[in-house]
Order: sequence, then structure tokens, then C-alpha cells
Amino acid sequence: MTSRDVLFAAVGLITAAAAVLSVTSRRVLHAGLWLVVTLGGLAGCYLVLGAELVALVQLLVYVGAVVVLVLFALMLTRSGAGEVDTSMGHRWIAGAVGAGVTVLLGGTLVAAYGWAGREIAGPSNEQIGEQIFGTWVWPFELLSLLLLAALVAAVAVATTGHRRREGQR
Amino acid sequence: MSPALPLLLAAILAGVGTYGVLARRHAVLMLIGVELMLGAAGLVLVTVGQFSTDPLASGAVLTLFVITIAAAEIVVALAVVMAMFRTRGDVDLTGEAQADDHGVHHDGEDLHREHHRSEDHAARDEVVG
Repeated sequence: MTSRDVLFAAVGLITAAAAVLSVTSRRVLHAGLWLVVTLGGLAGCYLVLGAELVALVQLLVYVGAVVVLVLFALMLTRSGAGEVDTSMGHRWIAGAVGAGVTVLLGGTLVAAYGWAGREIAGPSNEQIGEQIFGTWVWPFELLSLLLLAALVAAVAVATTGHRRREGQR
Repeated sequence: MSPALPLLLAAILAGVGTYGVLARRHAVLMLIGVELMLGAAGLVLVTVGQFSTDPLASGAVLTLFVITIAAAEIVVALAVVMAMFRTRGDVDLTGEAQADDHGVHHDGEDLHREHHRSEDHAARDEVVG
């Protein structure tokens, strides 16, 4: 057990606990804030694994942008004290399915990779940059188109109901 | 270090995300479950990429792509949720609220709509502000 293992176990425990809290918290804003901790912990996991660039992008995009969107949506759609969870029986079935997914995925992945320690041999940031603008340049450019389409679609969808209401009056 | 730890964490995140998608009826909270599953996918990609010598750096690059696509996805999904909130007045995914609307009499529905129209200004201020 190397020091990296111990570090990863600590960060991973925080991440897993925050993930569980973010899907079980009764108060919607608390669930959103636990999501911040989960995604930040995930960025820490990437850092421990030696992928600095991915960790920083995760921090910028997820914790910086996505979570702010989610928190805004949670605050804008607050409609009184509605129930946020399904019924007890439904939740037990959901828990069983979730546990099944965990066991199945964990068993498969660990069986495929094993417990033996390996050394980290990931690409450096220079290599990642070269590959993004070399091998992966067309998918990368397509992504910018996708982001543009998503932006336009989001504006269109979000303003549709608004305009119909204006027309009704 | 052993690759089993990150892979186990990814499995836990995927399971917790599945539970979140299935057990939540608030639309935005269900999306949190989807985010957790996407995070699990990214963790598997990064782990596999870091423990192999890949000249194309696929693990890291594909994780960056997944993060970008997840950002696009959450933007569209939240726009749909906001449109749903504006037309229905709630973000409940069970459909019980709609069933209630069908259950009440016609005059009750009219009253409901009248109530909405009178509250229009306040609701719009709330949505915009």
C-alpha cells in the first residue's frame, strides 16, 4: 500500500460519502451543495491519479459552471414544500438496483484489472495537448458545434413557454 | 498504486447515481444522479488511461470530451426543466400533479388557471429575478 493508495482512499471516501448524501438529502439546496463536494472530490481523485489537466477542467467546468446552473435551477423551481423522494417501497427497489449496479460494475472492473499495484504511466500535459490538436482535432471541433447547438437549443426551449404566455394575454 | 481503488469508487458512484435517478421525483435532483453517473464514467476513463501507455492519450482526451458533453447536456436538460416548471408549476416527475388536475371538476381547473393568470406578474418576476 503506497502513500498514493492511502491518499486516494481518503479522497475517495469523502467523494463517496458526499455522493450518498447528495442523493439522499431531503433539502434540495443541501443536495446541490453535496454535489459540489462530490465533484470537487472527484477532481481530487483525478489529481491523485496524476491527471492534472483533467482535474483542473473538472473543477472549472463542473464546480464552476454546471453546479452553479444546478443551484440556480433548484432555487428557481422552488414550489413550496413538495415531496422530493418517491415512496418507501420505490426507494427500496431503487436502492437494490443501485447496489446491484455497484456490485456488478465493481466486480467486473476489479476482475478485469486485479488488485496488483501498477505504476502510473499516464500521458503528460504536453502529450495531451498535442493529441487533442493532432489526432483528436476533428472530434474537438465537432464539440464546439455541439456546444453552440446546445446553447441555441437551451435558449429556444427555455423561452418557448414565455412567448406563448405573452401571446395569450 | 492499485487500480482497484479508483475502479471501486467509480462502481460506487455509478450505483449511487442509479439510486438517485430512480428514487428522486424532483427533476433537478434526478439530474444530480445523472451527473454522478457521468462522473463515474470519467473516473473509469482516467484510471484506465493513467495505468496504460497510450500514445493517443485517449483516457484523458475522452474524459475532457465527456465533461464537455455533460455540460451541454445539463444546459439543455435544465432548460427543459425550466419550461416544465413554467407550464406545470412544479417539477414533479411522478405525474401525480397532472393526475390531480384531471381528477378535479372543470370549474376547479378554470379557477386554477384564473389563479395562475392573477399570479402571472409575481411568477414572472420570480422567474426573471
